[in-house]
Amino acid sequence: MSETASPPTPAGPKAIVLAHGTVAEALVEAVDLITGRGDRFSPLSNQNLGAAQIDALLRERIDALGARVIFTDLPAGSCNFAACRVLKDRPDLIVVTGVNLPALLQYALRDGVSDADAIAAAVERGGSALRVLTGRPRAN
Amino acid sequence: MPIELYRIDDRLIHGQVIVGWGQPMDLGFVVLVDDEVAGSEWERELYRMGVPPEVALYFASVDDAVAHLAEWRADPRHGILLTGDVDTMRRLTERAPAIREVNVGGIHHRPGRTERLRYLFLSPEEEQALRAMDARGVTVTVRDVPSARAMRLGELAGARSA
Repeated sequence: MSETASPPTPAGPKAIVLAHGTVAEALVEAVDLITGRGDRFSPLSNQNLGAAQIDALLRERIDALGARVIFTDLPAGSCNFAACRVLKDRPDLIVVTGVNLPALLQYALRDGVSDADAIAAAVERGGSALRVLTGRPRAN
Repeated sequence: MPIELYRIDDRLIHGQVIVGWGQPMDLGFVVLVDDEVAGSEWERELYRMGVPPEVALYFASVDDAVAHLAEWRADPRHGILLTGDVDTMRRLTERAPAIREVNVGGIHHRPGRTERLRYLFLSPEEEQALRAMDARGVTVTVRDVPSARAMRLGELAGARSA
């Protein structure tokens, strides 16, 4: 057995995080702070953009990166509608909405798994991370 | 409960509408008036997919909206009617005098438009159409989210940013 760690599996093209305001940038920055893998994502904002502009910006970024995965923040938001419009023309893409930090962390830490498996794990992790915590003692 | 908001917004259904306006008013339905969307099964399905299940969504051309407006205004639920551009709202208000107030919520940059607020860019024709609507007795105000102050068109003169 080698003493050195196995080389990292190629991460594939960056995933795009498209969200309101500065959310995408902040999420990606947080992923980088926690894992050092912020470079696996490319953040985009819809700020001050109309629907057609968001659509054009997203398509441009997808083409530039060869991206296959798009994370959006709000199911009923303009970011998600833009991603779904692109999906209509590019059925090879995968759009995940409702993104949060645990989901992105899980996705960032994928190694050697397919997009579909990485996304399934991210959705599971992101969804299960939402919990209610209270200071009340547990009932016996 | 009449439709509470008649809004021009080039993003149509999006976060400000469903969450920003919709949640405080306990939104029950949205009427999306857009000839192109009304004629596209794919676009209709896209919007249905994004809207929370408790919010009913109706799609209408301008003709449909004129025909069904009284019915929607009599709906006991809280409603929002949306158009994606000034001209659609102009055509609707000309044929539906029951609409007395219009909210301009977001019209973004496009060649030929001038920035009036960070979320409002207008061509001379669009501005003229809004002023004509206002002169006909339809109160036109500009406001992106409920917590913002509603501005009258006259206040936009010289405004460059919100």
